[in-house]
This record gives sequence, C-alpha cells and structure tokens, in this order.
Amino acid sequence: MKDEALVLGIGNILWADEGFGIRAAEALHAKFEMPDGVRITDGGTQGIFLLPLVRSAKRLLIFDAVDFGDPPATLKLIVGDEVPRFMGVRKMSMHQAGFQEVLASAELAGELPGELALIGVQPELLDDYGGSLRPSVREQIGPAIRLAEQVLERWGFELRPRTSPPEELVGPGALDIRDYEEGRPLINGEPS
Amino acid sequence: MAAVTTPNGFELDDSGQRVVVDPICRIEGHLRIEVNLDENNVIRNAVSMGNMWRGLEVILQGRDPRDAWAFTERICGVCTGVHALQSVRAVEDALDIQIPTNANLIRNLMMLAQYTQDHLVHFYHLHALDWVDVVSALSADPKATSELQQAISRWPKSSPAYFSDVQKRLTKFVESGQLGIFANAYWGSPAYKLPPEANLLATTHYLEALDFQKEIIKIHTVFGGRNPHPNWLVGGMPCTIDIDNAGAAGTVSMTWLNMISDIIDQSIAFTDQVYIPDLKAIASFYKDWGFGGGLSSMNVLSYGEFPAHPNEYTNHSFMLPSGAIVDGDLSNVHDVDVRDPTQIQEFVSHSWYEYPDETVGYHPWDGVTEPKFELGPNTLGTKTSIEQIDESAKYSWLKAPRWRGHAMEVGPLARYLVAYARGREDIKEQVDSLLSELGLPITALFSTLGRTAARGLEASWSAHKMREVFDELMTNLKNGDSATANMDKFDPSTWPAEARGVGFGEAPRGALGHWVQIKDTKIDNYQCIVPTTWNASPRDPQGNIGAYEAALLGTPMANAEQPLEILRTIHSFDPCLACSTHVMSHDGKELSSVKVR
Repeated sequence: MKDEALVLGIGNILWADEGFGIRAAEALHAKFEMPDGVRITDGGTQGIFLLPLVRSAKRLLIFDAVDFGDPPATLKLIVGDEVPRFMGVRKMSMHQAGFQEVLASAELAGELPGELALIGVQPELLDDYGGSLRPSVREQIGPAIRLAEQVLERWGFELRPRTSPPEELVGPGALDIRDYEEGRPLINGEPS
Repeated sequence: MAAVTTPNGFELDDSGQRVVVDPICRIEGHLRIEVNLDENNVIRNAVSMGNMWRGLEVILQGRDPRDAWAFTERICGVCTGVHALQSVRAVEDALDIQIPTNANLIRNLMMLAQYTQDHLVHFYHLHALDWVDVVSALSADPKATSELQQAISRWPKSSPAYFSDVQKRLTKFVESGQLGIFANAYWGSPAYKLPPEANLLATTHYLEALDFQKEIIKIHTVFGGRNPHPNWLVGGMPCTIDIDNAGAAGTVSMTWLNMISDIIDQSIAFTDQVYIPDLKAIASFYKDWGFGGGLSSMNVLSYGEFPAHPNEYTNHSFMLPSGAIVDGDLSNVHDVDVRDPTQIQEFVSHSWYEYPDETVGYHPWDGVTEPKFELGPNTLGTKTSIEQIDESAKYSWLKAPRWRGHAMEVGPLARYLVAYARGREDIKEQVDSLLSELGLPITALFSTLGRTAARGLEASWSAHKMREVFDELMTNLKNGDSATANMDKFDPSTWPAEARGVGFGEAPRGALGHWVQIKDTKIDNYQCIVPTTWNASPRDPQGNIGAYEAALLGTPMANAEQPLEILRTIHSFDPCLACSTHVMSHDGKELSSVKVR
C-alpha cells in the first residue's frame, strides 16, 4: 500500500550544510505528529536506491541543500514540475544516479508521485567534514518547517504538535544533532 | 615522460592527444579520468584521480566505538550496510565480543541481499546502458524480441504484446524529453553492437528490475528496522524475533519471515531467468570486445566473506574464500592477513597527503592522514580548475593501498578468481558452465566483460545462498534459539584500557577493511580502506599503476569525443562515485564534461 505522503530529507550530515535536508526532516518529526499515511524518512545520499521509497508515495516533499545560485541560507519552496529541474544538472551520462534520475525512473515506471515539493536551502559551507550546519543555515530550519506545514496542509494533512518527544527517531541516536556537535573532537583546543 | 614501462609491466606513453573525462561532483566528489590516445585512438596512458573520505579518521576520534557504525554508514552514499557491518566487526574484534548464531545468519542474509540487489541495480541501472542502445530499442520488432526472449529463458513475460507495450511506453517517455533520463548518453555510437530486439529486451528488463528492486530491499527493512540506513549493533543484531507471535510491535514475526522467504524465491527467479540470460545474450555480441583486463590477469585480492560459523573469519568458514593471486599464478593462492603490518600498506607519494618518508607505506593501524594539496609543475590550469593533471607528482585524494607491494584488483571478478583458484566447486561450476556456453576460454574472464559476468554469476550465487542461510536461520529459531545479540561486553566498564581490532570482509564492490583503536573507551584511531581505493588507486613510489589505470590501457576508442569505452570499463568495477551527487547547481551549469585537448 502506498504512503499518502513521504517527507524525504536528503543529504549527508557529515558535510556541514549538506546535512540540512536530514536535520529539517528530524526537526519536523520532533515537532509534529504525522497523520496516518505520512512518513518521514532520512534518505541520506542513497541516490537510485531511494527509488522504491519514492515510487511508493502518492505525494513527495523533499528537504535538501540546493545550489540555486542565491546568497547563502536563502530558503526556497519549489513545487510541481519545477522540482526535477532543481534536483540535478545535465550530466555526462545517465550513470551518475542523482535524485533527478530517481524522479525520472519513477516517472518511467509510471509511479511519479502526483504532487512534488522541494524545500531547499542554499548552502553556505559544504567543505567541513564532520561539521554541522552553519548558524545561518540552521536558522532556516524553523522557516523550513513552517513551509513544510503549509505544503502538507495544502495536501490535506493536519499536523498535530507533539506534547511529548517522539519514541522513534528519524535517524540513529548517535547522529542526533546535539550529540553529533558535542562529540566533535578538539584538536589543539580547536574544533577539528 | 614519453614512453615508460611500469614495474608491474604496463607501457605508458603520454605523448598523444589527452582526453579528460570528469564526472566531478563537488562533495565526496569522486572520479576524474585522463587518458592519452595514440594516432589510432588507442589509450596509451591513463590517470585516475579520486576524492573520497578525507578525514573520516579525524571525525571519529573521541567518539563512542559503539556508535561508529552510524557514522560509517554515512561516509558513502550507496554502501551503507557494508560499512556498518565492518565497523561492528572491528569493535567486536577489539573487545573480543562473540556474536550469537542468529546474528551471524541475519548479517549474512542482509549482505547476501545487498549483493543481489547491488549487482542487479548496477547491471541494469548503471552499466547495461554502456552496452545497450535504448534509442535502437525503439525500432525493434516486438515479435522478434519475443522470440529472442523465449529462446534464451523461460521467463513468463515474453509475449509480443508485452514488448510492444513497453516499446510504446518508452517511445512516449523518450519523446516527452522532460526529465532527460536517457539524454546525454552516446546513442547511435558505433561502439554499440546489439541488434534492436536485444536492445528492447534489455531495456524492458531495466524496467522490470526497477520493480524488483522494491521487493528485495524489504529484507533490510525487516532485520534492520528501517531502510535506508538500517540499524546495526555491536554484539549482534538489534532486532528481536518471535516466531510464535503474529505481530508484536517491533518484533520480527513469522509473517515477516514468510515474506522474506517469498522475496528470496523471487530473487532466485529474477537472477536466473532474467539477469543471467541477459548477460549471456549481451556478452555473445561483444565477444570480440575483450578489452579492460588490466590487473585482473595478474594480481587480485579478496578478504573473504560470509562466515558460515559465527565469529570465525577464516577460509574454513568463509563461503567466498580470501586470498591473493600474484603474477597470474592461479596455482598458488597466498593467504591474506589483514593484521600483518607487512601485507597491507598505504602509500602517498602520488596522493594529496604527507608522510615523513614517502618511500614507505603504513599499515592502517599505523595510518597517518595529513592532507597536503599540491600540484606538479606540469599541471595545466589552476588549483581550483585543473585542466590537465601532472601525474608525475601528487594527483589524487586516494591513497595507494598495496598488498606486499603489489597493486591489486578487488571486486566480484577478484573474488571469483580466488574462489576458482582455491578449488571451490560451486564457483567453478558456475564459471565453467558460462564459459562453455559462450565458447570462451578462461582467459576471457580477464576483461571488462569478465568483470561484468562475474558480478552476474555472483548475484545468482547470492540469491541461492540466501535460501540456504534463511533455512538455517529458521531451523535455529525453531530449535528454540532466539538470541540475536550478546550484550555481555556492551558496557564500557568491562573494556580494557586499550584495544584494537579489525573488521574485514567483502563489500559488493570488493575488499573492505575497518581498523579501530580504542583507548579509555573512546576511539583513538580509525582507518578504512575501501574497495574503490584499491581499484582507483593512484601510482605508488615504485610507479606501479592501479586497477583502473591498468584496465584502460590498450583500449581503442571509436570516437574520442564520446568516451563510451572508458565509461564501460570504469563502470565494470562498479565505482563508488554515485554518492552524494545531489547538491547541484541550478540548470544550465554543467558540472561534468568531456574535454579533448
């Protein structure tokens, strides 16, 4: 049976602002209880391996770090047919399976979700392996959650604020943003 | 340089036209290939530049070793579970933790499912289109396609109407051109050899593989609690199994196990009735394209995988054996010891790292990772925009791993050669039967197609092994053993002040090792050597070239502007470069290009 909606955070939390998509998905999950049929998933950087998830969703909302060519930390909502255009560039061949190929393959299989939305942030810094979100990008998580709420409402889902923390996390506890940041090793007294 | 002969026996000549193929992605951004062509468009020099994994050892320092798997799951975009597995094995080895029988069986089952899925996805989604011309499929006769299908397999989806439907769907999709999945390939290139009906057959199975992929991965969801990024546990597996209870929350029930059993049957049917016949059909049209062998006829390495007995990581236990073949001597397979400091060593003379003495290599337990980005004097371009690399100097973010000083190829072909040379009957039977059907000698395996064929055979082998392992798991559960984890030493207060361990095995792409050192309950040092580092390795201080560079030499290109032959050979290794390609510029900016100069 298909999910009514899939909220997919994509990116790599080990690469500074590249983690935005996952952190936004986690934040949405921490704040709201999702109605039945709405699933929040940490998609990581799984590329073509995310296809089964995408195909099993009637509606798809993506959080991601996207190079819009805008100033750092710019937040944008992209909907419908525009989404694939922002999810990849022309590549040398189709063999580099990016998320654009995932959407294309879903369409070819006749199972492209009926609604698409992308909440993207312009990254400030990517090249900080083991680092977390830059403050400017982190500040956009709140606004990103509000955008997601609006999108999901427009799709007919009512989100209920949680009264207690969720039992299950979106990602593994060891990578929870607070533990991840606090656990970063210091080298000569400076963050590595 | 002009012409030189490397110590491992390859002739390099960089005097001809240079072609740069750069599928650069900016993060973990992986591979760039530069080649020189002679006047007949034959590759005479090849340079593989990679950028991966910089600093993993740094980010894990000071972390809880029991959490390392969760970090290592994220270092690569595709191979999550395989890193998690080696990570928990490394910590278990360091702390002398014995995992229960069920945990070993479940891990084997998950890895076998990973092999089957990974190989299948690689073949149909990432590699088949190096051989299959989708545009040509549009002009195929569905009736001829149906006849071809019925001649090669008993797979039921074979009617002319079925292929006609697929063809219509495909035509509509290609004509709509909205998403461009089939754009930017080299359709119509003379390097494509299949007749239209074989192209339609393979393209149809590409679509069926998309469907099948949805099923097989459920095995990971069941045992790992979720997918992608299933959960792992130092000491065993985090799932609980209850075969008497229909559906307690969070417990793997009989209903789920029955579903897995069905998926295993489907996996066997799909690999044996679709994947293998397709492979044979495609290979039969490319028999004379025997390029791309590289190191495979000389030096191959396997660490061994799928321990039949829990906690026994030896050839007595491995279903796919470990071993090293050197100089093509199949009669003498060397034993591999991943702990021996004289066997596996990493060199950095051509890598963007610094050692006090770069003529020597370090075993991972003594590993040093000090970045040093500098370009050789003959580089063209700038540090941020390299037009042509100078391979006489440092030129890659990958270190150069060597086994007793030898550059080695790893992956399915290496595993199959080691297993064949070790006399494993199940593997020999598969290989011999394929070769005799195609009328090819064993030396035909030493090629791009040999690599692709070994991967297909291994997918089938894995699907069948899943059945055996699943049955064994069911027997063990029915005998009353439901333990999935050993938590005796999970509490850090039980650990020694210092410990070190290694987790090693075979990822779908090849030999993978994680070496960990633990001090005062925290990670003190963590080093990984991944399969792509072996295969895409830069040169070493002696000048030995790695597997990618070796495999490209001697290959004629039909058209220097369309590097189909380069992609074919590099893709046959299943390179780990699809990771993290999704942060992209908005339209128009091309991050990948082919430059001929």
